[in-house]
Amino acid sequence: MKYIDVVQFAATSLLGSRARTGLMILAMSIGVAAVVVLTALGEGARIYVVNQFSSLGTNLVLVFPGRTETAGVNPGMLLGQIPREISLDDAQALLKSRAIARITPMTIGSSQISKEAKNRDVVVLGSTANLLEVRHMSLEQGQFLPEGDMHSNLPVCVLGSKINHELFGRKSAVGAWVRLGDRRFRVIGILATQGESMGFNTDEIVIVPVASAHMLFNTSGLFRILIEAKNREAIEPARKDAESILFARHNGEKDVTVVTQDAVLATFDRILRALTLAVGGIAAISLAVAGILIMNVMLIAVSQRVQEIGLLKALGAPAVKIRSLFFAEAVILSAIGSFAGLLLGEAGVLVIAKIYPALPVTAPWWAVLAAIGTSLVTGISFSVWPARRAAQLDPVTALAGR
Amino acid sequence: MIEFINIRRSFSIGDQRVTALHDINLNIAAGDYVSIMGPSGSGKSTLLNLIGLLDRPTSGTYKLDSGDVTALNDAQQARVRSEKIGFVFQSFHLVPRLTAAMNIELPLILAGIPAAERKLRVAQLLANYGLTDRASHRPDQLSGGQRQRVAIARATSMHPAVLLADEPTGNLDQTTGREVIKLLEQLSLQNVTLILVTHDPALAGRASRQLRMVDGQIISQTMS
Repeated sequence: MKYIDVVQFAATSLLGSRARTGLMILAMSIGVAAVVVLTALGEGARIYVVNQFSSLGTNLVLVFPGRTETAGVNPGMLLGQIPREISLDDAQALLKSRAIARITPMTIGSSQISKEAKNRDVVVLGSTANLLEVRHMSLEQGQFLPEGDMHSNLPVCVLGSKINHELFGRKSAVGAWVRLGDRRFRVIGILATQGESMGFNTDEIVIVPVASAHMLFNTSGLFRILIEAKNREAIEPARKDAESILFARHNGEKDVTVVTQDAVLATFDRILRALTLAVGGIAAISLAVAGILIMNVMLIAVSQRVQEIGLLKALGAPAVKIRSLFFAEAVILSAIGSFAGLLLGEAGVLVIAKIYPALPVTAPWWAVLAAIGTSLVTGISFSVWPARRAAQLDPVTALAGR
Repeated sequence: MIEFINIRRSFSIGDQRVTALHDINLNIAAGDYVSIMGPSGSGKSTLLNLIGLLDRPTSGTYKLDSGDVTALNDAQQARVRSEKIGFVFQSFHLVPRLTAAMNIELPLILAGIPAAERKLRVAQLLANYGLTDRASHRPDQLSGGQRQRVAIARATSMHPAVLLADEPTGNLDQTTGREVIKLLEQLSLQNVTLILVTHDPALAGRASRQLRMVDGQIISQTMS
């Protein structure tokens, strides 16, 4: 008996009981589709986070005050000291490193902005002219903070687009004066709408020169320094240089933390990949369930077709052949089921992509392969027992339908 | 052709052993037309199943074409069934989802005969049994007589040397039953060994050799 005939015979028996075949294909395809859609979602989330990170800037190294100690208490804490703050001069000193292209210090605080009778609370970000390029921001109109000495406290500010809209409506705010806390600032530019990225909405901030922010909040410490390395290879040297420069300036006290953006990104990447795997694994359980369903239905098929099996034996089919006939049925079922599931899953992915255009949902190729592989393997392995049972039937009793 | 030497078949039912056939010795020559009669439970179907290699004897030797077939394994016996033995059943045993042509084709498919040759042979068989216009009908669209004709066509598709018919007219009315018997008898004239199990004495009487069975033993043989 040739393979093509085995497949044809199996196909006629599948077509002979359409409801059974349809339900089994449905079960199988839902399992496969679940794996495809869920891993696509997980992978989409991962890619989304990675993109968000790279939109923050490229080749970034971040410096922030304080140090995460894993070995318990540091001596300073016992003396009631808080970590020493990072000063503007510290930031300036970083430019000595040859691996560092540019830096921008950041200080952050909350204040009230008012224009005539209108006022609201805003996040005030003190920084320098470099911020625009290091953080990949863009201006809608006017100009950004002026270049030059970062110690100069000019009373100028750049508004987030939403702040501008709330205070000035459709009119342009450039050139107007606003009040921030107890000081007056002239608006010199308006940021382009960028939306939220990593929980920081640049539409709702006001950017002032870093020295002005220090005056406004009466501090001298920096919240963060963004360092842009010269290129990808310079990231690690830049991190080492930043550490050694700052430790040296702080009398050898390791009271700042320097991390590369890549390190943060890699952590997120790992977490989200694990999440994708977990979600995919949960979905794969439905494939196992579909496999058991196939076994169940095949067993019923064997008992429904006892007479036919007896006849095949009488017509000269050995046990191997009968086994392969039932086996072929299961293979066809799982193949069609996984193909249908793949289509269903991809359709689901398309729908999700329509609803959430920001999320780059695509099923990773390994998940697609794994889903199809699992469904074929479960479908086939769960049909081994029914097929054996069919092959072992005694022809005389089978023909009698007992 | 068929040689039974001390064939015994017994079954265990619960903790009891029931002997269906007691040491049967039987010789059937090629081309013989044999009928087997007897009351229910006399062992005639068991005898037929043993001849057809659907069942194995508890003891004794069965020689087919002077080769011992009792010692063959499952796959070898299946091959012998495929090549040498045809079955005709009382309840036809057609596969309900397959058309008449496909039912006739089934033994040829199982034997691995190429599709082109299969088509030719099936067309020939359909014509021989007057079923050409019924080729694409499924069994539930055929009359009883047509169904049994499909079954006979299927049984003869591999040109078997032995044709075993178990009550082939049991589910048919008298006229159609007569037609079916005539078809079988024509085959026996073409040197096919025909073995017929029946309740009907009139039918049994048509055979050239008549066996009567009671309680697992052949009690009489008549030649005519």
